[in-house]
Amino acid sequence: MEKYRIDPLKGIEFGLYSLGDHMSNPITGERISAQARIKELIEASKLAEQAGIDVFGVGESHQTYFTTQAHTVVLGAIAQATSKIKITSSATVLSVSDPVRVYEDFATIDLISDGRAEIVAGRGSRVGAYHLLGVNLQDYEEIFEEKLELLKKINEEDQVTWQGEYRTPLENAHILPQPKNGSLPIWRAVGGPPTSAIKAGYMGIPMMLTTLGGPAINFKPSVDAYREAAERSGFDPKALPIATTSLFYVADTTKEALQEMYPHLNGGFQAIRGGGYPKQQFAQAPDTRDALMVGSKEQIIEKMLYQYELYGMQRFMAQIDFGGVPFEKIMKNIEIIGNDIIPAIKKYTAVK
Amino acid sequence: MKIVALAGSIVGSKTKTAILKTVEILSQKYPENEITLLDLAEYTVQFSDGRNYLEYEGDTKYITETIMAADAIIIGTPTFQASIPATLKNIFDLLPVNAFRDKVVSSVVTAGTAKHYLMVEQQLKPILAYMKAHIVPTYVFMEEKDFHRKEIINDDILFRLERLVEDTVLTVEALKIIRIKKDEEYGF
Repeated sequence: MEKYRIDPLKGIEFGLYSLGDHMSNPITGERISAQARIKELIEASKLAEQAGIDVFGVGESHQTYFTTQAHTVVLGAIAQATSKIKITSSATVLSVSDPVRVYEDFATIDLISDGRAEIVAGRGSRVGAYHLLGVNLQDYEEIFEEKLELLKKINEEDQVTWQGEYRTPLENAHILPQPKNGSLPIWRAVGGPPTSAIKAGYMGIPMMLTTLGGPAINFKPSVDAYREAAERSGFDPKALPIATTSLFYVADTTKEALQEMYPHLNGGFQAIRGGGYPKQQFAQAPDTRDALMVGSKEQIIEKMLYQYELYGMQRFMAQIDFGGVPFEKIMKNIEIIGNDIIPAIKKYTAVK
Repeated sequence: MKIVALAGSIVGSKTKTAILKTVEILSQKYPENEITLLDLAEYTVQFSDGRNYLEYEGDTKYITETIMAADAIIIGTPTFQASIPATLKNIFDLLPVNAFRDKVVSSVVTAGTAKHYLMVEQQLKPILAYMKAHIVPTYVFMEEKDFHRKEIINDDILFRLERLVEDTVLTVEALKIIRIKKDEEYGF
């Protein structure tokens, strides 16, 4: 775990992440400027740090309703604005970027932040980015595997000699700058089904698993498959961290949380997927066994501990700003997370 | 309410005749509704490649978005090799998981022989159920002898089409009432 800068003695890590979505607030119909939205993210990272949150992540999405396409630049600003909190991508769409360039960027963020940078590499879920950035969609699975392998190799070796199918070869290449302590934690972003989790396991790379809603038990097979694959491949699963991610909204009461979150969740899904979040499913979400993190602080703590029992993850990442959530609500969420949720879950999950 | 009438084949005349008749009955009985006819023969639709429906372009985007915005869809389908035509299956493939949630779907089906009368039960309904449609249980099955030169000549079919239209519209209205009741209960 040390290699990944995780200390199990301190208990589970709690992080915030944003996709940098830029939507109207469905309640007021108002949409802040892209500039204001980016500044909000930087401000939120500072508040998160003050609240004792461990990690802050920003992702890239190359489509309408998003604003952090250049997520590494935003992460650079966050690196400068903060001093303790870990900084990660959530996620970097590695398929449409060059792994050398990605490594250069994150090594630089690591230097600016004094050793706090991490990469979460994903495939992306939209075809738009592939067209925009000139990557052939037909090969998208293989392109990602190849690029992730190269990224991992760059991280592990000083001089990189490499040959692949989708990029010019490298011969004794020095990738500079080097991160502060010589390497970065690199995670693989994994969606619901186990296929991608198995690939992460075979590669022996930490897994960041999205558990966006529905019964938490449904994601357990991915966790098990990941650890089994890692073991088959000769890695020690106990040395590989797992993080889970979910949409998150906490308020004073569960009813309030439901009322306040729903318009954002529904509007956000409508905008990017073209279908809202079913109310009936949302009504079931406060149940401890459902993965979607919505409810009072007590409810959220119970959910997190239930999931910790299920998955034994080392980190949980919450998405609290999806669908035009106004900044005062984001602040309120951060406050409750810092004051009540983190102390409780750390107490129960610290490995003695 | 928004109703889409979909003619699911790009060849032949029976399905188109049947769906046009359905639209005619619908507009006479319920003129207040917004009815859109999608005759696949008039569009160039690409094969599904798994992307989100909002990301297609041209005719494909128009078709998927029109269907997704509808409260009810009346599907007209011929019977090809004991099943629905590939053109219709492609429309389903273009749409997202659970695409028909909160939508009512009913069907009119044509075939060359009466031996296909269970095709909808065996082939179409399982797909609609998987896509979470509220399926109108009865459908109208028509065969060669019910048509003459692009006209429906069997009065029984005409009566059944009227009942199908009625059932479709009333099911949408009933669903709306259910939704209002549930929303009151949820309180969010």
